[in-house]
Amino acid sequence: MRSIVNYFDYLFRSTKGLILVAISVVAIITAIWGSLSGPAAEWGIKDITVRLLGMTLLPLEREGRIIMLYHTIAMAIVAIEVYLITSIVPMKKEQQSTINGTITVGYLTAIIFGLWFAYFGHNYLFHGLFLVGQSLVFFAGILLAKALWPWNKQYYVANQEYAHTKKGVDLERVAFFTMALATLGSAMFGAVTGSYWSNGHETFLAENLIRNPHKTALQLSIIGHLHIMLTLVCVAITLVIGRWLNFKGIFHKIAMPLMISGTIVITLGVWTVVPYEYIAHKFIYIGAVLTMSAALMLVIFGWRKLISERLAELGLEKPGFWISLKALLHDPLKFGPLWQMVFMNFTVSGVGIFMAVKLEKIFRVWPFMEERITLTGHWHILSALVATIILMYYADICGLKGKKRQWFGWIFIIGSDIAFLSMTIFSMKRLIVTEYYQQPVTDWTMLLADIGLSALLITLAVLLLWRLFDLFSKDGLWQQEQKNPEVDLNRTSAPAPLSSSNEYNVSGKEVA
Amino acid sequence: MKKALYLTLTFSMLIFAACNRPDDVKISYIETGVNPDSWALVPAGVFMKGLHNHETKIDHDYEIMVTDVTNAQYAKYLNEALAKGTIKVVDNKVMGYYPGEEFNGYLHEFEIKAGDKLHVPLGEPGLRIKFDGKVFSPEKGWENHPMVMVSWFGAKAYADFYGLRLPTEIEWEKAARGTDTRAYPWGDEIELNQANFYASRDPFEKPFGKQGSTTPVGFYNGKKYDGYQTKKGLSPYGLHDMAGNVWQWTGDDYPDLHYRFMRGGSKISYGFGLRVWSRNAAAPDFHAISVGFRCARDPKKNG
Repeated sequence: MRSIVNYFDYLFRSTKGLILVAISVVAIITAIWGSLSGPAAEWGIKDITVRLLGMTLLPLEREGRIIMLYHTIAMAIVAIEVYLITSIVPMKKEQQSTINGTITVGYLTAIIFGLWFAYFGHNYLFHGLFLVGQSLVFFAGILLAKALWPWNKQYYVANQEYAHTKKGVDLERVAFFTMALATLGSAMFGAVTGSYWSNGHETFLAENLIRNPHKTALQLSIIGHLHIMLTLVCVAITLVIGRWLNFKGIFHKIAMPLMISGTIVITLGVWTVVPYEYIAHKFIYIGAVLTMSAALMLVIFGWRKLISERLAELGLEKPGFWISLKALLHDPLKFGPLWQMVFMNFTVSGVGIFMAVKLEKIFRVWPFMEERITLTGHWHILSALVATIILMYYADICGLKGKKRQWFGWIFIIGSDIAFLSMTIFSMKRLIVTEYYQQPVTDWTMLLADIGLSALLITLAVLLLWRLFDLFSKDGLWQQEQKNPEVDLNRTSAPAPLSSSNEYNVSGKEVA
Repeated sequence: MKKALYLTLTFSMLIFAACNRPDDVKISYIETGVNPDSWALVPAGVFMKGLHNHETKIDHDYEIMVTDVTNAQYAKYLNEALAKGTIKVVDNKVMGYYPGEEFNGYLHEFEIKAGDKLHVPLGEPGLRIKFDGKVFSPEKGWENHPMVMVSWFGAKAYADFYGLRLPTEIEWEKAARGTDTRAYPWGDEIELNQANFYASRDPFEKPFGKQGSTTPVGFYNGKKYDGYQTKKGLSPYGLHDMAGNVWQWTGDDYPDLHYRFMRGGSKISYGFGLRVWSRNAAAPDFHAISVGFRCARDPKKNG
C-alpha cells in the first residue's frame, strides 16, 4: 500500500513524475494513432490497429475525429509546459500543486474521454467529459496566470542581470504572464466558436478552406485559434528553454521586451482576424518578427554560453573556429533545442515566407491539394519540433550523461531534422519535379522521413522503457526525483532563502 | 569504408531513381466492357450535399457521362475542332479562344482576360495523345484511359464543341452520391480494389510506383483482369470513376475567384480524399496527369 502511495506521490505530485506521465501518454497516443495514417496505413498496419482496438472509423466523421485527436494531444503538451513553468517560475507551493493537480485531472479526462468518444463509438457522456477535461485545463490556466502575477515585490528580480523594470519587476515573469493570458484568451476564441457547433458552426479542417474567398466569422475564429495556440505553445517553450539555460545579460534584456510586445501584438493580430482580416495579417507579421527576434537573442546567448563554458572546462582561451564549433556541439541536449529553433526557419518560417513571396507564381496557380500538403506539413513540423525540444529538455532532466546523452541528443537532432527536411522537400516537390516524374522524389522523401522519425521514436521508447523499469528498481532514479521534485536551474527571483523555502516551489537545486 | 558507403548510397539512389521511369513503360489495351459514349440520367430533386449533409435541391433533370472523357474521345474532338478552326496549335500547344470573365480584384484573384488560352500542352510527359502536325491520335493502349493534361479551358471547349457543358459541383456531387448520405459513390467503405487511388495496389502501380497511372475508364466494374479482381465502384446512377482515377473539372465560375474546382479525387489521393465532397481547385490553365473531366447535358435537348 505504501509503495502505491509512493508511486502516486512521485507520478502525480512531483514535477518530474508529472512530466514523465504526460510524455508517456503522448508517446502511447502517437504510437497507436500514428499507425492510422501515412505509410503505416499503406502497409496495412492501420487495419490491424483498428481491428485489435475495436475502433469505429466512419469516413463521414474523419474531420471531427482528427480535431478531437489534436485537442487531446495539445492538452498533454500544454500540461507539460505548465508543469515546467510552475517549477521554474517562483510561486507558492500551494499554487503549484493546485495548478498541477487541476491540469493533470483536466488533460487526462480530456484525453481518455475525448479519444473514447472520437474513436470508440459515440457516447455523448464521454463528449461531455472531454469538455469537462478541457474546462479544467482552462481553469488551471486561470490559476497559473494568477500565480504568475509579476507585480508582487517578492518576485522582483534577485539579480540585476535579468531583464527588469526600473522598479525591479521581472520581465521574464511578465513574459510568462503575458503568454498565459494570451493563451487563455485564445483558448476562449476557439471555445466560444466551438459552443456554436450545430448552431451555425460546422466541423472543418482549416486547410480545407484555404481557397474559400469568403469565410464566416466562426471559420475565421477557428483558423485564428489554431494558429495562435500553436504560436503561444512555441512562445512558452522558448521562455522555458531560456530559463533552463539561465538566459540573462544584455540579450535577455533585449529579448524579454521583444517577447512581451511580440506576444501581445501577434495575439491581438490574430484576434482581429475576424473583423479586420486584411489589417490583422500586418499585426501578425509584426508580432512574429518580434517574438522570433526574442528567440534569436536566446539562440545567440545560448550558443555563446555553450561555447564559453566548454572552453573554460578545457582551459582554452583563444580557440580557433573549429575548436569553438566543437565546443558548441559537445552537448547535443543543450545545443539541440536552440538548433531546432534555428532549423525551424528552414522548414516552417522560411517556407511560409517563400510561399508569400512566390504567391503569384506558385500558389495562385498550383492546385489546392499541393498547397494543402504544404500547409499541413508546415504545422505538423512546427508541432513536432516543439516536441523534440521538450523531449531533449526532459532527457536532461532525467540526468542522461556521457555516451547515452550524446546518442540520445544526436539521434533526436539528426533524426528529426532529416525527417522534417524530407517532409519539407516533399511538400514543396512541385518546384523541382512534375507530377509525372514525382514518384522517386515521393519515395525518397517518405523513406528518409520514416527513417528519421523511426530513429527518434525508438530512442524515445528506449528512454521511456528505462524509466518504466526504473520504477521497479529499489533505488531508482524516480526515488531521487521524488526527493528533489523540481527542475534544477537558476530562477530569476528568490522569494525565500532556498534553505527554508517550504512555502515556495524553489526546492530545485540552483545551477551555476 | 566511407567511400564504399558513399558509392553504395549514390548507386542505390540512382537505381531507385531509375526504377519507375514512367516514360519507359508500355501498356496493353484493356477492354473493360464499359461504353464511354453512354450517359446516365439524374432526376431533379433533393440530395444531401457535403460533409454535413445539407439538404440541397436541384430543380432540373440532367444527364451526365457514365465515364470520364477518354483519350480516344478527346483526340477525335481535337481533329474535328482543328478542322473547324475552333482550336489551333501554337508552339506545340493546343490553344483556343476564351471570352474572359468578370474580375473583381478580390484578394488572391487573378484576372482572366479574353484571348487564346491553353487547352492541352502537346509533347509534355503524361499526355497520351500524339500530334503529327496534322492528326491527333491516342497512344496505343491508352485509348480508353481518361484524357489528362487538359486544362479547364480545354475541358470546357470540348463540352462547348458538342453542345454539352461541364457539370456544376452540385450536379457532380449528386451524380456521385445519390440521395443518401454515403461517403463514397458505392457506400461508406472503400476497398483497395474498388477505385484507383494512392497505394491501392492496382496493376498499374507495379510499373509506375505507388501513384500508379490512370486506369481505363470503368475498370472497377467487378471484372477480373489478368488475375486482378476488381470490385464494382459504381455510383447510384451507374457512373464509373466518380471516386479516384482522375480529378474532374466542374463548370462553376464563382465570384471573387479565378480558381476552378475539381471533384472525385485521383490516383494520387489517399482513400479518404475520394469521399464525394472532396474538392480540389486550380487556375483554369492548370493541367496535370491526374486531372480530367466528364460532361453533362440537358436531357430535353438530347432526348
